[in-house]
Amino acid sequence: MISKQEVEYVAHLARLEIDDAQKDKFTSQLNDILLYIDKLNELDTKGVEPMSHAIAVTNAFRDDKVVESIGTESSLANAPDARGEFFRVPKVIE
Amino acid sequence: MEFETVIGLEVHAQLLTETKIFCNCSTKFGGAPNSHACPVCLGMPGVLPVLNKKVVEFAMKMALATNCLINKSCSYARKNYFYPDLPKGYQISQYAYPLAEHGHVFLDVDGVQKKIGITRIHMEEDAGKLIHDEHNPFSYVDLNRTGVPLIEIVSEPDMRSPEEAADYLKRLHEILVYLEICDGNMEEGSFRCDANVSIRPRGQKEFGTRAELKNMNSFRNVQRALEYEVKRQQYLVENGGKVVQETRLWDDAQSVTNSMRSKEEAHDYRYFPDPDLVPVIVDDTWVEKIAKELPELPLAKRERFVKDYQIPAYDAGVLTVDKALAGYFEDVVKLCSSPKAASNWVMGDVLKFLNEEKRDIRNCPISATALAEMICLIEDGTISGKMAKDIVEEMYKTGKDPKAIIAEKGMVQITDEGALSIAIQKIMDANPNQLKDYRGGKDKLFGFFVGQVMKATQGKANPQLVNDLLKKMLAG
Amino acid sequence: MELNQLTIHELQGKIKSGKTSAVQIAESVFKRIDAVEKQVHAYIRLMKEEALAAAKKADDDIKKGNIKQLTGIPIALKDIVCTKGITTTCGSHILHNFVPPYNATVVEKLSAAGAVFVGKANMDEFAMGSSTETSYFGVTRNPWDLERIPGGSSGGSAAAVAADECIASIGSDTGGSIRQPAALCGIVGLKPTYGRVSRFGLVAFASSLDQIGPFTKDVEDCAIMMNVLAGYDSRESTSVQAEVPDYRQFVGRDIKGWKIGIPKEYFIEGIDPEVSSAIKKAISVIEKSGGQCIDISLPHTQYCLAVYYIIAPAEASSNLARYDGVKYGFRTAEARDLLDMYKKTRTQGFGAEVKRRIMIGTYALSAGYYDAYYKKASQVRALIKRDFEEALKKCDIILTPTTPTPAFKIGEKTDNPLQMYLSDIFTISTNLAGIPGISVPCGFTASGLPIGMQFLAGHFEEGKLIQIASAYEKNAKIEKRRPQL
Repeated sequence: MISKQEVEYVAHLARLEIDDAQKDKFTSQLNDILLYIDKLNELDTKGVEPMSHAIAVTNAFRDDKVVESIGTESSLANAPDARGEFFRVPKVIE
Repeated sequence: MEFETVIGLEVHAQLLTETKIFCNCSTKFGGAPNSHACPVCLGMPGVLPVLNKKVVEFAMKMALATNCLINKSCSYARKNYFYPDLPKGYQISQYAYPLAEHGHVFLDVDGVQKKIGITRIHMEEDAGKLIHDEHNPFSYVDLNRTGVPLIEIVSEPDMRSPEEAADYLKRLHEILVYLEICDGNMEEGSFRCDANVSIRPRGQKEFGTRAELKNMNSFRNVQRALEYEVKRQQYLVENGGKVVQETRLWDDAQSVTNSMRSKEEAHDYRYFPDPDLVPVIVDDTWVEKIAKELPELPLAKRERFVKDYQIPAYDAGVLTVDKALAGYFEDVVKLCSSPKAASNWVMGDVLKFLNEEKRDIRNCPISATALAEMICLIEDGTISGKMAKDIVEEMYKTGKDPKAIIAEKGMVQITDEGALSIAIQKIMDANPNQLKDYRGGKDKLFGFFVGQVMKATQGKANPQLVNDLLKKMLAG
Repeated sequence: MELNQLTIHELQGKIKSGKTSAVQIAESVFKRIDAVEKQVHAYIRLMKEEALAAAKKADDDIKKGNIKQLTGIPIALKDIVCTKGITTTCGSHILHNFVPPYNATVVEKLSAAGAVFVGKANMDEFAMGSSTETSYFGVTRNPWDLERIPGGSSGGSAAAVAADECIASIGSDTGGSIRQPAALCGIVGLKPTYGRVSRFGLVAFASSLDQIGPFTKDVEDCAIMMNVLAGYDSRESTSVQAEVPDYRQFVGRDIKGWKIGIPKEYFIEGIDPEVSSAIKKAISVIEKSGGQCIDISLPHTQYCLAVYYIIAPAEASSNLARYDGVKYGFRTAEARDLLDMYKKTRTQGFGAEVKRRIMIGTYALSAGYYDAYYKKASQVRALIKRDFEEALKKCDIILTPTTPTPAFKIGEKTDNPLQMYLSDIFTISTNLAGIPGISVPCGFTASGLPIGMQFLAGHFEEGKLIQIASAYEKNAKIEKRRPQL
C-alpha cells in the first residue's frame, strides 16, 4: 500500500504538486491500481530474462558526420522565456 | 591514531568525435549559444537518439588501453532527474550493462609498480551549461554541450594518498591524449574528475564513510582538495566527530572543501533501460580491429626509449608525457644519432622555451630537423656547446635553421691553425710578463692565455685547438 | 454517394479516369466537416488552406500523369505526429502552442505519396486514455451515438473516418489506441509490428510499445496505407530492416487451410453478450471461408493489464520529464524559483490522467520498488511474448474480440481509472509482444453500435492480417451503414 507520505515523495520526484483535497483521492486511486498490479506476484519469474524491447534489434549506428544544426533562432523559437541567445529560467534557490 | 587514506576517482572525458553521441550536431567548443543544437539534443517531443559508432570505438580504445574486459553486449539506461541543463529530463548513460569492466593501470609508487583497478568504463551524454545571473533571479541555459559524448572511467578505491590519486589521474590523462580520443583540457572541462575519499584506522578492513569531492579543475587542485579533505576527516575523527556521506565542493580561492548538501536532492535516479536505444554487441573481430588501431601507449614507449636509446628512465618519462614530444624527440634522434644529446636539448632548452610561453611542441618554432642539424654541428666541431646555447635561442626566436644563424652572425669556429697561431703569437708578444711567469712555473696562467685568445677571436676559436696550440707555443 | 464517403481505391479510380479532381475531393471533405464537426469534434486543428493548396498541387501532378499512391487523398493526422510549422499539441495544455521544426517520418512519407492533410485529430492527452475524454481540447463524440465515446486514444482519427470527415487517418497504438477506437467506430484499424513503421516524430508515450498505424474504411485501403507507411528509418534505432511486401497483393486472397487460434482466455465473463454473439457469427464466416478454428491458450493473458500498467507509465514518466517549461510549450506564470516553476508548470500543464500515470510510473521506478514492479513486469512481459510465440506455432492467426463492450457513455468511466483501463484488456497484449493486430467491423448491436473483431499474427505478418481481414470482409457481407448525423 502506498501511503500519503509516499505519494508526496513521488509527486516531488515527478515535479508535480498535489493539493490536500486531491491527495486522498489520488492515494486511493493509486492503491486500487497497485493492488491490481500486485497480482504479478502470483507468478514465479526466477531466471526469466527481463524484456525491454519487443523486437531484437542490435547495433543501430550513425556515422560521425556533422549535419547543419537548426540554428539558435530556431532552437529558441518555442521557448516560453528566451533572452538573447539563451533559454531563461528562474534561478535555483539553494 | 594512524590513519590510512582511501581514494577512488570517477573521471569524465569528452570524446573528440565530430558529432554528438546521439545526433549529428557538431561537438565544437565555443559556438554561439544554442547554435550546435537540433530537435534531438534539444529534447523536443517525438525525436529519437541514434548512436554515433565512433563513440563506441573511442570508448573501446580506452577500454583496451586500460586492460579492461569489453562486454559482449552492453546497453543504455536513462538516469532521470530534473535540471535546466538536461533537456530531456534524463541523461542517457549506461548502468547495469557498461561497455567495459575489470581493467587496471600501473603507477610508479616509490619505484614500485602499483596496480590501480578500473571498475568500469561506460559511455554517456554530457549536459548543457547553466549560467547564473549574479544580479537577477535568473539563470541562462546553453545547450551546445548537451549530448557531447563522454566516457566515465570509474576506479577501484585503490589509491592510498592524494599523490597517488594525482598520479593516477595523470596516467589516465596521458593515455586518453595518446589515443587522440580526448583533448584532455581540464580548464574547458573536457577532462573532469570527482573523487571519493575516506580514511580508516590503519589495519582496519572496512572502509570509512566517504565524501565525494567535486569542482577540481586541475591536477594540482585534485591533489590539494584531497589533501585538505584527508586532514579535515582526520581532525573530525580525532575530535570525536563523524564523517558524513555527502558531496563537497572544492573552493579554490579559500582552499577548502564545502558541503553542498543543501543543494542536493535525495538521489533517486530511477534508472531503467532506454527503450529508444538497442543493445551494442561487440564481437571479437571488432575488438581486434580496434586493438590494431591502438598507438604505442606511454608506458610501452617509456620502456622502449630506455632500451633502444639508452637514455635514463627519468628522461624517458619526461619525453613520453606527450606523444607529440616523444615523436619530436624520435625525429631528432633519427637525424643526429645522439640520443642523449637530443634528450638533453629537448628536455632542457626546447621545453624551457615552450613552457615559458605555454606553447605546445606541435607549435615549436624549432623543427626537429633543425635541432638535429644543430646537434650534428656540435658533434663535428663546427660550433661549441656554448655557441649552441645562443644559437638555439635564436632558432626559437626566429625559426631559422642553425646554419643560417651561424652564417649571419659569423659564428663559425676558427679551426684554422695558421690564423690561430698568428693570434697566439700576438698575445704572447703583448704579455711578456705573464709569459715569463708561466714559463717560470705558474701553470695557472694557462687560463689567462685561453681567455685572451677567446677574447681576441670573439669566442669563435675552437677550444680544443686553442688548448693544443697554446700548450705547444707557450712551452716555447 | 458523395466523394468524401468513398474509399481510397474508389477515389483513385475516379482520379485516374479524370472523373474527379483532388480539389473536388478536398472540398467535399471540408463541406462535410462544416456540416458535422460541431457535433463530432474529431479535430483539434483543421488545415483547410494547406489542404486546398496541396490538392491544387495534386491536380497539377495528375495532369502531368504523375499519380502516386495517395495523390489527392485527404488524410487526417492524430495530433501526436509532428508536423513542421504546424502546432502539434498531443492533446495537452502543456504543448498547446508547440510548433515543431521537423516532420514525423510518416508525415514525410504520406506527403511524398501525394496525400492531402485535412487536419490534426483529437486524442486523449499524450495518448493516455481509452475514450478521448482526457484531451485538453474537449471530448470527441462517437458518430454512431453522440452520447458515447469514440474510443481512444486515437478517437479523433477514428471518428473522422467514420463520419466521413476524411478518407483515412493516422493513429498511434500503445495498448490498443488504434484497434479499440476502430472497433467502436466501425472501421478498420491496424497496429503494425513494433519497428515496422517509423516512430520518428511520434510524440512518445511508452517508447517500447508505441506504434503508428492507419484507420481506413475498408481492408484494401488499409493495405494501401501500409504500403506508404511501412519501412526502415535510419532516424530510429528500433526500426527494423526487414523487407516490405506489397500489402495490396494480400487483398482478395483466400484463407483456405489456415488455422485460426481462438484463445480461451479472451472469452471471459464480462464480455457483452452482443459482442460475444457477433464474434461467434464471425468465427462461422471464417470457417465457411476455409479457415479452421482451433482452441489455443495464452496462459499469461490475465497478467497483461498489470504488466502494461507498470511498463507504460514507467516509460511515460521518463518520456514526459521533458515537459518542464524551459524549451517549449506552456510555462506557469507564477514561479518563485526553479523548483516552483517545474512543479507549477507540470501541475497546471498536465491533466489528471497524465499525472496519475506519471505518478504510477515514477513510483514503479523509484528506489526500492524497481525490482518489485518494473523488473517483475519486464519478466512477465517476456512470458507473454513467449505465449504468443508458442501459440503461433499452432496456428496462422489468432482471433479475438477487439473490445469487451461496444462504445460506452461519455463520463461513464472517467472517475474509475481501473474500469477505464479494462476496456483495453484484449488489445494490450499485442503491444507487449510487439506483434501486429488489426480490428475489422463485425456487426452492430441492436441499438446500432459497431462491434469489432481483432486478428493477430506473428512479427512482420501484416500481410496475413490483411489477407484474412479482406477474406472476412468479403464473405461476411456486413451491411454497409453510415452513422446518421
